[in-house]
Amino acid sequence: MRRLLDNRNALGLLFMLPAGVLLLLFLTYPLGLGTWLGFTDTKVGRPGVWIGIENYQFLWGDQVTRLALFNTLFYTVVASVLKFFLGLWLAILLNERIPFKSFFRAAILLPYIVPTALSAIAFWWMFDSQFSVISWVLKRMGLIHEYIDFLGDPWNARWSVIAANVWRGVPFVAITLLAGLQTISPSLYEAAAIDGATGWHRFRYVTLPLLTPIIAVVMTFSVLFTFTDFQLIYVITRGGPLNATHLMATLSFQRAISGGALGEGAAIAIAMVPFLLAAIMFSYFGLQRRAWQQGTDDK
Amino acid sequence: MSARETATDTSGMSYLDRLPRRAVVVYLPLAVFTFVLLFPFYWMATTTFKPDAELLSREGNPFWVTNPTLAHIEKLLFKTSYPEWMWNTVVVSVLSTLASLVASVLAAYAIERLRFRGAKQVGLGIFLAYLVPPSILFIPLATIVTQLGIFDTRWALILTYPTFLIPFCTWLLMGYFRSIPYELEECALIDGATRWQVLTKIVLPLAVPGLISAGIFAFTLSWNEFIYALTFISSSEVKTVPVGVVTELVEGDVYHWGSLMAGALLGSLPVALLYSFFVEYYVSGMTGAVKE
Repeated sequence: MRRLLDNRNALGLLFMLPAGVLLLLFLTYPLGLGTWLGFTDTKVGRPGVWIGIENYQFLWGDQVTRLALFNTLFYTVVASVLKFFLGLWLAILLNERIPFKSFFRAAILLPYIVPTALSAIAFWWMFDSQFSVISWVLKRMGLIHEYIDFLGDPWNARWSVIAANVWRGVPFVAITLLAGLQTISPSLYEAAAIDGATGWHRFRYVTLPLLTPIIAVVMTFSVLFTFTDFQLIYVITRGGPLNATHLMATLSFQRAISGGALGEGAAIAIAMVPFLLAAIMFSYFGLQRRAWQQGTDDK
Repeated sequence: MSARETATDTSGMSYLDRLPRRAVVVYLPLAVFTFVLLFPFYWMATTTFKPDAELLSREGNPFWVTNPTLAHIEKLLFKTSYPEWMWNTVVVSVLSTLASLVASVLAAYAIERLRFRGAKQVGLGIFLAYLVPPSILFIPLATIVTQLGIFDTRWALILTYPTFLIPFCTWLLMGYFRSIPYELEECALIDGATRWQVLTKIVLPLAVPGLISAGIFAFTLSWNEFIYALTFISSSEVKTVPVGVVTELVEGDVYHWGSLMAGALLGSLPVALLYSFFVEYYVSGMTGAVKE
């Protein structure tokens, strides 16, 4: 026994056991099972049979699925771009010498801490068609005459849920980029200033190149979680109006859990995987390569 | 634009800027950011204490409560299952966090310090597991949970939450363990300590900040979890707060905004309080996991 515990391979295996069992049973196995379900016509309470790519053929011709795919891509691209620029801006502001810095930093992260489902209800209330506080303010300011129907019109609804997503995501981007900014040595800025670099030059040639690796990681995570978002949509619009805000995740929930078509729902969920991989590759390698090119090929 | 920037900004570092300029480029945007990011919480709080008559009126100032009332909170606590949901959320979050911490400490120590054959690959596998989003797993997991006979019980959540907690905690703790000098462990091993003693008496006491970071983060993640709890639970008495508020407090076409917002506020308070006590640990956990 004693000798077994001194052997690093045996002991390593023993230590990996709890994590390994949980992850294999509840992560790896479901991933495989989900892929298999996508090729079957399983319904709730009825085991399915293998039907090949029929689910995918059906979904490809399905208008609602196509709309959900468009919505997901639009939502991900617009929200991620906004989160990146606003987050970077906020990080730079927080990196300035300001009074009560730690208070600001703590307060700003709150949207990221509280349960998204619960803050989404607050947004639902703020987007109410009759009693929205946003409409109230805009009307008092004389900018609108009628209360805005935030969630009743397809494009209004899309922009509304994007706003809620950006609100939740900006703190994460800002605080992680701030951590990156703080690792940049002030002497680099001083050296650049002595060489006559302007504010923009210092940002472009000192801050940005040094920040690129962390931007790549943060944006990869941000894209990943935006693409697979579920809670915000489920709470604020349930995919409406007229499926205008359905994302792949909410559609797969609707088909599989509310509708009982487990096979079809699993196929929608699995169809997200190639897009996810592409998004990860793009934001990760795309940004990595820019960092790597910075030395040789600048403009 | 750029020419004007050059003209005004040749002086150099930002602390040399004159105050009016700083007010416009730093304080004003910062104030707007803070206002927008915190406004929904203010709105939750005011709605919670507003009587229905004030809520459903377009007259008067909506930003202030003229006749504050506790009716919504009272309704929530005594006429709904809210206290039960709260209790469920606490039980599920505490147990899944503890289980994940134990499993992650062992796994991180094995990968980082025992360096068994294949440790590198396992470490990479853990990182990839971190990237698998719950929204592509919930359908097959629902069938697995049903087969195990734990559908609609707290166990369904306690056992599935570690799938996103363990990868995160292990990754974070691996970084902490790496920062502990290996010489300390070597000395203990030479003095005849077993690996278990090295882990419990030397490594863990030194990794306490990492354990707190991982624990706080894991607790908030399980408290906030939504899609698994929505899918695997159908009876009201086992629901968690986020799912209970969203599925049970919305009745028909008339929305009871007062009690909805009270539910959202009370459900957010525990994590917000915990966070306010451990801000530094939380931030270091969040940034540490991204930086590695």
